[in-house]
Amino acid sequence: MAIGVKVLERPIAETSYVRAAVKGMALTLKHLLNGESVTYQYPEQKWGLSPRWRGTHRMLTTEDGKAKCVACGLCPTVCPANCIKLVPGEDENGNRYPLVFEIDEFRCIFCGYCQEVCPEEAIHLGRHYENSEYSREGFVYDLERLMAQTHPVSELWDPADPKGE
Amino acid sequence: MTPFALLQAAEHANKLDYLPEPPSGMAWFLMTLVKMLLIFTLYMVGVMYVIWAERRICAFIQDRLGPNRVGWQGLLQSIADGVKNIMKEETYPGQAYLPLFILAPAISFTSALLTWAVIPWAAPWASKWGTLDMALAPMPIGFIYTIAIGSLGVYGIVLAGWASNNKYSLLGGLRSSAQMISYEIVMGMAIIPVLLLAGNVSLSEIVKQQAGWGLHWNVLSCTVAFIFFMVSAFAETNRLPFDLPEAESELVAGYHSEYSAMKFSMFFIAEYANMMTASALMATLFFGGWDIPFTLWDNVAPHTLIKTLLTFGFFWAKILFFVFVFIWIRWTLPRFRYDQLMALGWKFMLPTSLAYIMVIATASLIMQWVGILPDSWKFAVGMLGLNILLVVLIFGVIDRGRLISPAYSRLDKRNLDKLRRVRYDRARLEPATNEGGAD
Repeated sequence: MAIGVKVLERPIAETSYVRAAVKGMALTLKHLLNGESVTYQYPEQKWGLSPRWRGTHRMLTTEDGKAKCVACGLCPTVCPANCIKLVPGEDENGNRYPLVFEIDEFRCIFCGYCQEVCPEEAIHLGRHYENSEYSREGFVYDLERLMAQTHPVSELWDPADPKGE
Repeated sequence: MTPFALLQAAEHANKLDYLPEPPSGMAWFLMTLVKMLLIFTLYMVGVMYVIWAERRICAFIQDRLGPNRVGWQGLLQSIADGVKNIMKEETYPGQAYLPLFILAPAISFTSALLTWAVIPWAAPWASKWGTLDMALAPMPIGFIYTIAIGSLGVYGIVLAGWASNNKYSLLGGLRSSAQMISYEIVMGMAIIPVLLLAGNVSLSEIVKQQAGWGLHWNVLSCTVAFIFFMVSAFAETNRLPFDLPEAESELVAGYHSEYSAMKFSMFFIAEYANMMTASALMATLFFGGWDIPFTLWDNVAPHTLIKTLLTFGFFWAKILFFVFVFIWIRWTLPRFRYDQLMALGWKFMLPTSLAYIMVIATASLIMQWVGILPDSWKFAVGMLGLNILLVVLIFGVIDRGRLISPAYSRLDKRNLDKLRRVRYDRARLEPATNEGGAD
């Protein structure tokens, strides 16, 4: 087994265990005494998110406080995780609106297709990630809850400006 | 008078020190009880904070912060962990041998604790009830007792490995038994120069022999023995770079793979308790025990309470320093290979420590023959000079890829030729196949 091992000819000073160990201990002591911590103290201190960060969804509203969604049905169709439930409705003026609009954030893979495909720019992904619940049911966001989200929405990738400059 | 003459006179006075009789009867019983409670509590609280210190120090070394949430700077972290471990479910592997499985952590834990019974942790206190020896059991066979109890610790680990009925645990247990037996011998050999100088195996006598200005500390007159003792203490406590019984990357968690909750906690506490015990032994045997350096004030009568408390503080400072060294080395050095471990113990440290006993004995005899008494400063300086020479020789000159053979060290010419011959023979005997793998 040891036959195939290539033995390097090293300068003799490099083969001293004691010297190498002392060197290493000096290094660790240096870090101990004036090392700068890279830790983020999480709940108080947070990383900045990229403008293209895809997190918790938001439903944008019109000026009179209604959801922009016209229940066209494109987002449940394009959704690869099948996490959007949409039941369309129509009012007396012939305007379509969602009767039921639910997104299961637990199922969602945050691909952002729904945002890309939306003709009304109604459903968006957002720059937000702190969504924890005590039950699976808690992750099913209905229309009201989606409209109540206030975090900034994520930007789409622009092919003309691939690096976002 | 010259300063040296003053020093000699003071040291001479030290030997004539008078102490009243120790208490007897009920007073003795109560005092021992108080001492037991005190030292047990301090020891356990110490272990708690050493665990916290380890986590914080390792974090700082790795540019992190470590536990800093529970209490101020995370000081209550160990209590939180303890509560968690008590509440956790105890799991028992189906095929484990339960009696030993349960006994093993207890053995580890108690053997780590027992050693503390003989360690003198402060200067004796001449109280109105009589002289109080600040060791739980000031036994005349002190050091032999620590060695004997220290050896018991290995049973905990081996039994844990065996009773778990898990191949990784068993391997961890076997490794630990091999390691402990090898290094216990070195440890015993390393201590003999100290015993030679003290002329006694009682720990309080060893401390008394080192008392004074700090010039007679055994670390100065038996430096090589101290280094060997420290290395074998690392091996005995299974700390990196000697943590082969645990070896996460190879053996899951080694001997305690199958343990959970408080039984795991017992092993964990035992590891840190062992670390503190080893530190206390190093302080006692080589760093003057409770002796305060650069002053004689602590060694002469009257033996007041304040002296006892101060020397107690100094003893703890020494222990904590060694605990820090333990932690520091753990987070610096990588684990040894198994062959390196065995080679270091048997091929280097054992013969060298045997030779060192001869050197120290000869030097001591020659100096006494010339007329330099063991408690004079000339003796200490002579020993110091000899030791500096030996340390430079061993760790500066001899250490060229020989102490611990690294993977990249030069292979001995003879061994290389032998290996090449084997390859040649095998190639001749078995015609080469295209499957590869042999190389």
